[in-house]
Amino acid sequence: MWDVSEPLFDDLYRELILDHYRRPRNRGPLAGANLQAEGVNPVCGDEVHLDLQVEDGVIRDLGFWGQGCSISQASASMLTERLKGRPLDEAEAVTGKVRSMLVEGAPPAPELGDLAALEGVAKLPVRVKCALLAWNVLLEALRQATAAAQEERNG
Amino acid sequence: MLDIARVREDFPILQQQVNGRRLVYLDNAATTQKPRQVIEALVRYYETSNANIHRGIHTLATRATEQYEAARARVARFIGAAGPEEVIFTRNATEAINLVARAWGDASVGEGDEIILTVMEHHSNIVPWQLLAARKGARLRYAGVTPGGQLDLDGLRQLIGPRTKLVAVTQMSNVLGTIIPVGDIAEMAHAAGALLLVDGAQGVPHLPVDVSRLGADFLAFSAHKMLGPTGVGVLWGRTELLETMPPFLGGGDMIAVVREEMSTWAELPHKFEAGTPNIADVVAFGAAVDYLEGVGMANVRQHEEELTALALDRLRRVPGLRVFGPVAAAERGGVVSFAMDAAHPHDVATIADGYGVAIRAGHHCAQLLMRALGVPATSRASFSIYNGEDDVEALIEALEGVNRVFGVGRERAAIR
Repeated sequence: MWDVSEPLFDDLYRELILDHYRRPRNRGPLAGANLQAEGVNPVCGDEVHLDLQVEDGVIRDLGFWGQGCSISQASASMLTERLKGRPLDEAEAVTGKVRSMLVEGAPPAPELGDLAALEGVAKLPVRVKCALLAWNVLLEALRQATAAAQEERNG
Repeated sequence: MLDIARVREDFPILQQQVNGRRLVYLDNAATTQKPRQVIEALVRYYETSNANIHRGIHTLATRATEQYEAARARVARFIGAAGPEEVIFTRNATEAINLVARAWGDASVGEGDEIILTVMEHHSNIVPWQLLAARKGARLRYAGVTPGGQLDLDGLRQLIGPRTKLVAVTQMSNVLGTIIPVGDIAEMAHAAGALLLVDGAQGVPHLPVDVSRLGADFLAFSAHKMLGPTGVGVLWGRTELLETMPPFLGGGDMIAVVREEMSTWAELPHKFEAGTPNIADVVAFGAAVDYLEGVGMANVRQHEEELTALALDRLRRVPGLRVFGPVAAAERGGVVSFAMDAAHPHDVATIADGYGVAIRAGHHCAQLLMRALGVPATSRASFSIYNGEDDVEALIEALEGVNRVFGVGRERAAIR
């Protein structure tokens, strides 16, 4: 069936990405959220909101919503699946590995798990920002968490 | 009838493959490709005539000035201007509109005055007026779009009132392709004592335009959307209006006499062209105008209308695809926006590129219209004179590919 450029599409639009796009995990606002962040790619209008419930340095639960292309929304969905129940420092480490894979073209680190499916995006520079959007939003949320913790210590 | 094969031979950039396929360029509403004749005019100018214009005595300065002014005369003739002094060269259509907003707007629009726009406008015909309104305490009012993708002309009529100073509308929507009845709007505006500015960035490249009959007071357009180089735009204005307007930018070339405290202004059109202009690209733009006149704008329009009719017909048969804008090709230019159920416009554009098909995806600098249509973005294919039926077929094949990748009509697993 595939007569042209099959490797490009197969690499970019892996079944796992399309599955997360069609059936997003942890979609919707989170009732017990104590951290919220959002981000927009002004050029393309992709939008991701992230709600996190963080207790004792662990992401107990998280939810996302937004609109945009398959890459941006699948990346957000995969983020929530990967980081649910994980400590904040692991969230930061995973974000670093995702950035390395997408921005520097590094081979996917083992701890990325399913997120390795986003590897093909690195070959399309114009789409890297789509995949990164949710992770930039997460970083913003993590910054808030750090600031809140700092305030608590000072207070 | 255009001989597409011959036209394509004039466009070197089309003789290449993208992702292993013939390049099918369908992003002409963003910018068109340039024929050999335009590229050669640019090179020839730099190789034989380059000098600064208007004040030089030597041979090259005279030659460069003649070529620059000859291009102005060709543009003036192309749009039916009363004379070359009505054609002001700017960087692009955006700058032309900003020139009017500054030079005319600052002097003519006051607190409580109204400027009427439409939700179909490109941001370049919105933001300069927002800035003007903020400076002067004026008010912007917007005419809407009908469900059929037409301008709500009755709504527009009701918006025009005694405080209306200007109506600013596009000649052709860069998203929907809708051709706007500029003549009707001119009557409404003038009856209320208001002026009409027409954003011709999409219209002038694709429709025969004669400003002596258009009804507009100002017309802005860009060279790069009509086979010319980037970096050149045009503001056409009626002489009596341009004469009353103060300068836009100050500097060399736009003055008559400079004294310590104040200066006097040069004659039209030089009053509005401060500093050394984009001489080489204006000269090459003259070659683009020659090229279009050689083809004939009526032929350009007929060809693109036929191609649009074919594209509309073929697109509507793609499963899960919705076309925006007027149904009849006669009511629209060669711009077709659409949405696919299966995939976001950016995914559509990425996959189309894999087939060598260049289309655009996004809000197309028309966020007000996106909101009116209720979508965050659309995919857009837009045509020029070098596009043929084979390009439409290539687009359809690419869009069927989108449906395959996103598993429309069958499970993707079944074809892997």
